[in-house]
Amino acid sequence: MSAAEHAAGPANSTEYITHHLTHLKVGEGFWSFHVDTIFMSVLLGLVTIALFYSAARKATSGVPGKWQAFVEMVCEFIDTTVKEVFHLDRRFLAPMALTIFVWVFLMNAMDLLPLDLPGKIAGLFGIHYWRAVPTADANTTFAMSLTVLAVVIFYSVKAKGVGGYVHELFTAPFGANPLLWIPNFLLNLVELLSKPVSLAMRLFGNMYAGELVFMLIALLGTSLFTWTIAGTVGFIGHLAMGAAWAIFHILIITLQAFIFMVLTVVYSAMATEHH
Amino acid sequence: MENLALIAQVQGYTAIALGLIIGLGAIGACIGIGIMGSKFLEAAARQPELIPTLQGRMFLLAGLIDAAFLIGVALAMFFAFANPLLARFG
Repeated sequence: MSAAEHAAGPANSTEYITHHLTHLKVGEGFWSFHVDTIFMSVLLGLVTIALFYSAARKATSGVPGKWQAFVEMVCEFIDTTVKEVFHLDRRFLAPMALTIFVWVFLMNAMDLLPLDLPGKIAGLFGIHYWRAVPTADANTTFAMSLTVLAVVIFYSVKAKGVGGYVHELFTAPFGANPLLWIPNFLLNLVELLSKPVSLAMRLFGNMYAGELVFMLIALLGTSLFTWTIAGTVGFIGHLAMGAAWAIFHILIITLQAFIFMVLTVVYSAMATEHH
Repeated sequence: MENLALIAQVQGYTAIALGLIIGLGAIGACIGIGIMGSKFLEAAARQPELIPTLQGRMFLLAGLIDAAFLIGVALAMFFAFANPLLARFG
């Protein structure tokens, strides 16, 4: 869509939604980058750091303030969850789980911003495409889940050694008979690769579907400008549905951040188990 | 004109597919959530002291059960608004 067309606004609902689903892209083909996704995720990562840094700077052993108490609550919650599942040294895993939880939560929470607000703000800088929810982009979720895969492999190697891990890959479910090496390895490969794929698709699917439902609800709101009774009823329905979906979405975004975090810990814990 | 008929055919089949994806997914997710919720209530009635432990796990599982359905919805929505099968017709 050119700038002139954009100024006139989207012509119909399909165009509106397609416009909202277009990333700000740089580059072509394989080497194309979604600038909006990268910018938003880095920004929210910095926000995460700043939030926790501000709490850590002003931390007292006396009566904690509200903010400190909240951060302590989050840290303790994550630490207990990790402790229940992962029984080895968790000095690395617990902070990573905390980072994943808070970061994914904040990225998901961008879904709750008014749908057109980020795009309009970007429009002030002459940018016509801007998707504000980084986790509604499969690139983000796959990047995170592949990192988790690297952590899982790291913990496997750490617990069993390189030799032990390779030995397990070839002999684990069925036995050490050389005839069974190939089936064993294929099965293990599927098991290993299904983890990041399911992890990424789950978060992406939830956020993408959520974003689209918000768009459909937003479309309903435009019916007001027909200035008819049916249009007004549609607008009231838009307000009610928007509120209901946003409240339900608060549950979804927290739950998905929590699930991503817990599954990371569970996969790492599974990796350290011996067969 | 022939092209238009083909496009309409693809759109029609896509619409049916979307209904199947969302509908069947919803059935599965609802049955799953229903079974889990009833079991949770049963367990909570039997041993109320376990409620805090079970509640967290119930929500975790609710998210996991819902996920496959929502992935389906996302896929269906993607096909509804940017149908890659239609791209061949230009």
